Amino acid sequence: MALDEIKIGGLGASRRRVEDNRFIRGKGNYVDDIVLPGMLHMELLRSPVAHARIKSIDVSKAYDIPGVRLVLTGEMMAARNLAWMPTLSYDTQAVLATDKVRFQGQEVAAVIADDPYIAKDACQAIVVEYEQLPVIVNPFQAMESGSEVIRDDKENQPGNKIFDWEIGDKAATDKAFAEADVISKMELHYPRSHPSPMETCGSIADFNRATGKLTVYMTSQAPHIVRAAVAMVAELPEHMIRIVSPDLGGGFGNKVPIYPGYVISILASILTEVPVKWIEDKTGNLISTGFGRDVYLQGEMALRKDGKMLGMRMKTISDHGAFYADAQPSKFKIGLMHSAFACYDVPAAHLESVGYYTNKAPGGVAYRCSFRVTEAMFFQERMVHAAANDLGMDQAEFRRMNLVKDDMFPYRTAFGFLTDSGQYGKCLDIGMKAIGYDNYKAEQAEARSRGKLLGIGISTMTEPLGAGNSREYDILGIKMFDSAELRVHMTGKAILRTGAMNQGQGHQTTWAQIVAHELGIPADDVTVEEGDTDTAPFGMGTYASRSTPVAGAAVAMVARKIRAKARKIAAHLLEVSEEDIEWELGRFYVRSNKERGVTIQDCALAAYSNMPDGMEPGLENNAYYDPPNLTWPFAAYFVKVEVDAETGVWDVLKVVAVDDCGVRINPMVVEGQIMGGLTEAYAMASMQYQTYDDEGNCIGSNYMDYLLPTAWETPGFELHEVVTPCPHHPIGAKGVGECATVAGPAAFVNAVVDALGHLGVRNIDMPMMPNRVYEALTTGKDISGMPPVKMGD
Amino acid sequence: MYPSRFGYELPKTVEEAVALLDAHGGEAKVLAGGQSLVPMMRLRFAAPEMLIDINGIEALHYNRVDADGTVHIGALCRHEELEDNPAIAKAIPTIAAAAPLVADPIVRTRGTFVGSVCHADPQGDWAATMTALGGHIVAQGPKGKRDIPIADFVIGPFQNTLAFNEIAIEAVIPAPKGVRVGNYLKLERRVGDFATASVAVSLDMKGDTVAYAGIALAGVGGRTINANAAASALVGKKLTAENIASVAAAVAAVAEPRTDHRGSADYKRQIVKTFVERILTGLLNTSQKAA
Ligand SMILES: Cc1cc2nc3c(=O)[nH]c(=O)nc-3n(C[C@H](O)[C@H](O)[C@H](O)COP(=O)(O)OP(=O)(O)OC[C@H]3O[C@@H](n4cnc5c(N)ncnc54)[C@H](O)[C@@H]3O)c2cc1C
Repeated sequence: MALDEIKIGGLGASRRRVEDNRFIRGKGNYVDDIVLPGMLHMELLRSPVAHARIKSIDVSKAYDIPGVRLVLTGEMMAARNLAWMPTLSYDTQAVLATDKVRFQGQEVAAVIADDPYIAKDACQAIVVEYEQLPVIVNPFQAMESGSEVIRDDKENQPGNKIFDWEIGDKAATDKAFAEADVISKMELHYPRSHPSPMETCGSIADFNRATGKLTVYMTSQAPHIVRAAVAMVAELPEHMIRIVSPDLGGGFGNKVPIYPGYVISILASILTEVPVKWIEDKTGNLISTGFGRDVYLQGEMALRKDGKMLGMRMKTISDHGAFYADAQPSKFKIGLMHSAFACYDVPAAHLESVGYYTNKAPGGVAYRCSFRVTEAMFFQERMVHAAANDLGMDQAEFRRMNLVKDDMFPYRTAFGFLTDSGQYGKCLDIGMKAIGYDNYKAEQAEARSRGKLLGIGISTMTEPLGAGNSREYDILGIKMFDSAELRVHMTGKAILRTGAMNQGQGHQTTWAQIVAHELGIPADDVTVEEGDTDTAPFGMGTYASRSTPVAGAAVAMVARKIRAKARKIAAHLLEVSEEDIEWELGRFYVRSNKERGVTIQDCALAAYSNMPDGMEPGLENNAYYDPPNLTWPFAAYFVKVEVDAETGVWDVLKVVAVDDCGVRINPMVVEGQIMGGLTEAYAMASMQYQTYDDEGNCIGSNYMDYLLPTAWETPGFELHEVVTPCPHHPIGAKGVGECATVAGPAAFVNAVVDALGHLGVRNIDMPMMPNRVYEALTTGKDISGMPPVKMGD
Repeated sequence: MYPSRFGYELPKTVEEAVALLDAHGGEAKVLAGGQSLVPMMRLRFAAPEMLIDINGIEALHYNRVDADGTVHIGALCRHEELEDNPAIAKAIPTIAAAAPLVADPIVRTRGTFVGSVCHADPQGDWAATMTALGGHIVAQGPKGKRDIPIADFVIGPFQNTLAFNEIAIEAVIPAPKGVRVGNYLKLERRVGDFATASVAVSLDMKGDTVAYAGIALAGVGGRTINANAAASALVGKKLTAENIASVAAAVAAVAEPRTDHRGSADYKRQIVKTFVERILTGLLNTSQKAA
């Protein structure tokens, strides 16, 4: 009898998360939990100013403090050729500042001491003399002619522009605009935000002089990339480097880059010959590590009177901070910004992107998104909202008219992506029904007559997940495939290792479910391990919703290889030829006699005890998976709000989310991902942003200023599902970790703007804090840019 | 958290604590709930040489309502103990309304009412509430106890008038002249945030006539804003839509908001005005309903 797939924790089972057992009991093992014998502690001295020449650094007073073992400065790093390191976008970043500091919070010196208290005391005892320089805190200042050049360390860098890049068909787009009946415009700012994982970054570097081996425990979403980078930068042989990412307390893209702290701790361990632990504090994390967004987006849409979209022009001006350290596939300068409008049938499109250096923290990481698609989709859905209004069309009907229809797949977007599947109209219908869209217009009018401001916002999108395929996607030349290795033990239990890196997604739970689905081995019988480069197969790590599309596919593929070998063993055990064998979940049987069969566990035992003549013993294999295309989940989100006209406070009345992420491996985990993403979307829309004052002081350096929503104010979410399997993924999954963060913010903003629509308000930039909403509703004017930080009367 | 090095004492009596404060001549700090002091030590904005932890002084852990309606809040009474507290809710509705809006539930299990008043944060909820209520603080020093009226106690941002060797042992709110009603409204960006603007209103009612009116504000100035003078226009009168509007405008006028990333000065004034109106209108409506 075939096994009941749900019972063994296979595909579609809402299996409880294996990870939670240890996390809930406080038995997780994070970097800071690891204690090695003789370990020293490192603390970083950060720049208090945003832009200054370093005139001198005096560390002598730090050495006066008992327990201080080593103080490192940029000069000492430079002597070892380690003052600068490469970024993920072919730029360089200072490890410890030598010439200038370029943002507030930049690493200036490091103290290694017996305990972290002493290290912190010693940091305060270091005297640095700064000569202040003019500060640039936005790209508009950066582009002014004659403005201070931030990167005077670089040759051929006359100003502050990093890149000027374009994609799309300009001529075709110009033509579309020439033929348009209506041209609708939108201009907005997606504020800087910070992923702010609960666990900050940190490392323990342990260099053993006797063996020559360097082991680094660290908070990395991509340990193999780190190993490769350390091999190249520190010129250590790759086999002598072991990177271990233990449990991660969240990542959200923040733990993809390589940070100065890691590098310094490695050098410190090499110099002191004992393990050196560095654990960043919250402020350090917020002011110096990879941020997200910070892009000004402008564009216009060419429309036919009846509502048909004809063309789209977009321009982005992005702020990358002091070093261009975006984590993104190397072919693209502004991530996958050109995925905007992928769910709509827009015949022509053109994007121009310009990026600038500023005196702000570097980063531009894919904060819970597939490389800048968050900004792309936010702009898309704000533009669509405005265009529908300009045409006098209903929001939903305008979308329905222009969404790519089910029978148009595969569909080539104007920017060149190939979307391959979806039921966009169906998702829209389900959402409209659930939010009560039918009588909403009447309800809104009635509410307005009582002085109440009601609004519904919609956001629909498909986004490109699961980079690569290797033809188009690589990071620093390393192709974006992924891998899995499966070893089935004698008793039919198994261990699976992948090149991905769990940081809350539940890989331990869901990878085992894929194995259960493919082999019929109960998920509980499968151990999943990731993050140790000495044992896990090479992989590109976990970010950009790529694990299920890529590593998850590798898991299915390796399980299929195992099944193919097991089939040969089964034929041998059943004494029939392989062609006469059939498979059902967990069991091979003889086609002519279903009763005669052997289980996968029988085959496993035989692989070690009774293999056919000439067959290699054992039952293990690996698979490297290079996806043929990206995967394209679809989301339709609906938010209903009521705005208090006297205070600008807006309350969320209802949120409806319709997600089509293809086949769901574990529906409960999927729902958790969507709710988490919607919470972050609500956060962006309402409160979560980082800004800088004119002197370059980061506003948002602690949790009193950088606001993360709590369970208290976060609205409830009503979730719906549609399943359109991915046509090329082995189990039809599409990836879902980020859909809600990506498409969610626009639904909230559209709702508030809709509530105020009759007052002439077209746009309120995020964060939609009550004071900004109040200003919009009392003046009827748009609210643009960041909240001012200058204090005044 | 890696603060600077500090010493620590855990006295069992107020006398012992006062003696320790005295002995350290200004270098020691009282540790109550630690919800303001410890974050400052974490950021190394505060680096006291010695902490005198009063959490071991069980005698300070109380809140009680006397037969005549006088309320005593001991120095170890946590914010949480003023929430869902029927005796307090009856005696001082403004405290009951404010308690669930102070910080977040976790902070409320530790932070103390008296500690918050001592801290005198211009954005703090309790200094404003006390100011509206018009009570006093009982301080104890080497020479014994003294009463300090709240208006003389909170004198500026993070400034109170305790001597270095004095401890605030309780807050006292006098019995009402009649029936005390009131409310507290706060605009915050999310739970656990300090006030963008908040309004404490407390009225003593004799029938439908106002016998005492206190209003104070948090978040809208460099210090706790005492709007009791503006509120006193209601004394001897019945609440009406007209006097509510004029008091709301008068209170908004004494606010001293500054423009910052939470909003413009004008916006904060608008919130103050709206909140005063909403609270007083609410009180008027309930009294009309009761009649
Ligand atoms: C996340 C967070 C959010 C918060 N949000 C709010 C908010 O929304 N509204 C709000 O009002 N507060 C808020 N607070 C502050 C909180 O209410 C504190 O509890 C309060 O301000 C101080 O009380 P405490 O008992 O913790 O005092 P402590 O931190 O122990 O002490 C504060 C200061 O008062 C002195 N002190 C304390 N008790 C005495 C005493 N009996 N005699 C003499 N001196 C004394 C101390 O020496 C110190 O200088 C928040 C705190 C946190 C951590």
